[in-house]
Amino acid sequence: MTGTVNNAKKKPRIVPHKVPAPEQEPLIRRSNFDEVALGYTAEMAMKEAERCLQCKEPSCVKGCPVGVPIPQFIREVRDGNFQKAIEIIKEKNLLPAVCGRVCPQEQQCEKLCLLGRKNEPVSIGRLERFAADFEHSTCRVCLPAVAPPTGKKVAIIGSGPSGLTCAYDLAKRGHTVTIFEALHEAGGVLLYGIPEFRLPKKIVAAEIELLKKMGIEFVMNAVIGKLITVDELIEKYDACFIGTGAGLPNFMNIEGENLSGVYSANEFLTRANLMKAYRFPDADTPIIRGRRVAVVGGGNVAMDAVRTALRLGADEASIVYRRSEAEMPARKEEVHHAKEEGVRFEMLTNPVRIIGQDGWVKALECVRMELGSADESGRMRPVPVEGSEFQIPVDVVIIAVGTTANPLIRQSTKDLALTKKGYISADEETGRTNKAGVFAGGDIVTGSATVISAMGAGRKAAKAIHHFLSGEETAKPA
Amino acid sequence: MVRFPDIYYYRVEAPLIARKAKPGQFVIIRIDREGERIPLSLADIDAAQGTISLMVMSVGKTTSQMSTFGQGDDILDVCGPLGQPTHIEKVGRVALVGGGFGVAPLYPIAKAFKAEGNEVTAILGARSKDLLIYEEEMRAVCDAVLVTTDDGSAGLKGVVTDALTLKLQQKAVDLVVAIGPPIMMKFVSLTSLPFGVKTIVSLNPIMVDGTGMCGGCRVLVGGQTRFACTDGPDFDGHAVDWDVLMSRQKIYVNDEKKSFEEWKKRHSGAACE
Ligand SMILES: Cc1cc2nc3c(=O)[nH]c(=O)nc-3n(C[C@H](O)[C@H](O)[C@H](O)COP(=O)(O)OP(=O)(O)OC[C@H]3O[C@@H](n4cnc5c(N)ncnc54)[C@H](O)[C@@H]3O)c2cc1C
Ligand SMILES: Cc1cc2nc3c(=O)[nH]c(=O)nc-3n(C[C@H](O)[C@H](O)[C@H](O)COP(=O)(O)OP(=O)(O)OC[C@H]3O[C@@H](n4cnc5c(N)ncnc54)[C@H](O)[C@@H]3O)c2cc1C
Ligand code: SF4
Ligand code: SF4
Ligand code: FES
Repeated sequence: MTGTVNNAKKKPRIVPHKVPAPEQEPLIRRSNFDEVALGYTAEMAMKEAERCLQCKEPSCVKGCPVGVPIPQFIREVRDGNFQKAIEIIKEKNLLPAVCGRVCPQEQQCEKLCLLGRKNEPVSIGRLERFAADFEHSTCRVCLPAVAPPTGKKVAIIGSGPSGLTCAYDLAKRGHTVTIFEALHEAGGVLLYGIPEFRLPKKIVAAEIELLKKMGIEFVMNAVIGKLITVDELIEKYDACFIGTGAGLPNFMNIEGENLSGVYSANEFLTRANLMKAYRFPDADTPIIRGRRVAVVGGGNVAMDAVRTALRLGADEASIVYRRSEAEMPARKEEVHHAKEEGVRFEMLTNPVRIIGQDGWVKALECVRMELGSADESGRMRPVPVEGSEFQIPVDVVIIAVGTTANPLIRQSTKDLALTKKGYISADEETGRTNKAGVFAGGDIVTGSATVISAMGAGRKAAKAIHHFLSGEETAKPA
Repeated sequence: MVRFPDIYYYRVEAPLIARKAKPGQFVIIRIDREGERIPLSLADIDAAQGTISLMVMSVGKTTSQMSTFGQGDDILDVCGPLGQPTHIEKVGRVALVGGGFGVAPLYPIAKAFKAEGNEVTAILGARSKDLLIYEEEMRAVCDAVLVTTDDGSAGLKGVVTDALTLKLQQKAVDLVVAIGPPIMMKFVSLTSLPFGVKTIVSLNPIMVDGTGMCGGCRVLVGGQTRFACTDGPDFDGHAVDWDVLMSRQKIYVNDEKKSFEEWKKRHSGAACE
């Protein structure tokens, strides 16, 4: 629980371990939707901040896709100037309360932390979260200074992290911004994908409230490509940003995938998060509460689905992943949390078919895999072990094997240049597409990535759009 | 079980949607904060007035709660137009087959086929005369309307496929469009198959977002998984796997019953019985 710091020896300043953050007990939290990680207290945060070596050339910053001034903000936390700390973070990161919670820090900032070479890295994520939560707790989240109106209008398509960031930066520069969102609530994956127990929705709502206060207009239930096309938007607005995410779920094309009880992770999580199906029948949307649930995949999405299934009352919940644990793309912390909560991990296991009875799922047939030679990504390619088929009895199967680009925008904007895989082709530095005045960023350009990289793309695009609107740059399509 | 299905007609002010909507498309609505997202087909589109029309059959909680709405009430969220429009072209003679609330979305489709210069026949089925809806409206826009009732209280005694078979035998049909309960669309497709007449059906699987994001609406057509909300709702009736559709529609029957019962308890009197 509230950990006292290890018995650090006095001589070197180096404290090898992170100050542990309090968490809900696994056996309690696996049956509620409250947040798992409880966050540092002020004392803990100051103590953890002390571990930072305040490097002159901080390598950690290179690992952060938006370049948060990490040692600078940590110094302010160390000295108890929490408000100053959050101001420093917010120069670079619009959603620190979100990023502190969901960034895969061990692959980003913390991966490159100098301390981390021999010891545990500084807990940059938790400190960032602490500073952001502190600001919210004071109830005086300050509105950023907004430049005088420029008279220019920008349309943003999609209210995920890329769209929100792009909107914020443009509004700050005095442009009039309207966000069009297909669903009935704003936030993108932050809202419908990542569950409450990892990212409380009130945090997302508070950020969106801030954008509204800045004068950004939100138009909900507006499916661009259907209600209004990109070409129509570009006639009414001076520029437009596409941040529609990579929403279309993949299936595996194995037998039995259309049985009742088979969900895509997107559907399962959307029912649970956006539609609040865990409160059924008080909320109207139902969800199957499986007793035995198998989730196929090894990413954050799979972890979120399996832990949601537990919270909906599953007695047994397993992750089925065809590679080994070392290759799982999920955040390490989430894998660890899932294990503590009792999730079973069937590694090097690949589903081959779903067995049904009377239209309902009964079992998942799998085959064991072994690692063969390395593939083009440098990872060992798993190959099936002959004759190793076995069945896992289940009543719900959730498929979390990735997503691809949603077709709605490309179907309705024929001349928009795409990549081979159907994503929007856009310049990495500016988000410019081949259409004048149309910019794009986030998962719809890169394929599924991270919250912070989507925000980074939104920020770069905002800068490019600002230049474009100020006439500092002639629109030369990428 | 609802013995006499209540059917309610709504004209909804939604100028942006009305401007864009085409026959065969649908909207997804939500009526309150805790509400479910439910898809409803467009029963009429009036771009000039800025309105769309919905014809809703009370079958469960959301649709019954909606039946308590009156003039001037607001629908919390209306999202659309969704789905691909029905492909309208000049083919010659078109038979439109409708059952239940399916008759309503056929109305704008009938108008569009007629405007394209086709000869349009509507075949409308109901269990009995008082359950027949939209007959007058269809007569106004079709060349002919054939009615069938199970009990013979109006038109031909029998089911829609009986009337369709007659038309097909007379070689009087170049295209069939069927909208209604899956079982009806299935038998319409089976009826037209031996005649080799192309048959379009409008599938109604359970949906959530309606934008291609969840895959809950997947249907099996020609051995391939398709998303009804973005690829459809119209598909080739001869290629649809009806068993998959019908079994997936029943996924939540028990939950739905529970939520409907609880709602009825709270609104006794207001609900249909
Ligand atoms: C379950 C889950 C867990 C994840 N966990 C993590 C994590 O722990 N850490 C991390 O860094 N990343 C995580 N990710 C990935 C991360 O959430 C995404 O990379 C990020 O949200 C992408 O942001 P975006 O702005 O590009 O798009 P999105 O967040 O996908 O938002 C796109 C928005 O656009 C809307 N939209 C789509 N089409 C249209 C249209 N035609 N018209 C109008 N609006 C439209 C959508 O409804 C949506 O609201 C997770 C993803 C999922 C699904
Ligand atoms: C493309 C499409 C167009 C439709 N057009 C019409 C229409 O014009 N008029 C009309 O009366 N009905 C229409 N429906 C059906 C309508 O959506 C359902 O009757 C409604 O969702 C039932 O909700 P409920 O809460 O009242 O009933 P419930 O008790 O929740 O459900 C009753 C039955 O309706 C179906 N259903 C439930 N939830 C959904 C959902 N989210 N999406 C789809 N089906 C669901 C299921 O088969 C269920 O067993 C259409 C469905 C689709 C997919
Ligand atoms: S935004 Fe993410 S990567 Fe950057 S410092 Fe914060 S936690 Fe690390
Ligand atoms: S690399 Fe680590 S120790 Fe150095 S400044 Fe960054 S967080 Fe602090
Ligand atoms: S309703 Fe979600 S993908 Fe069709």
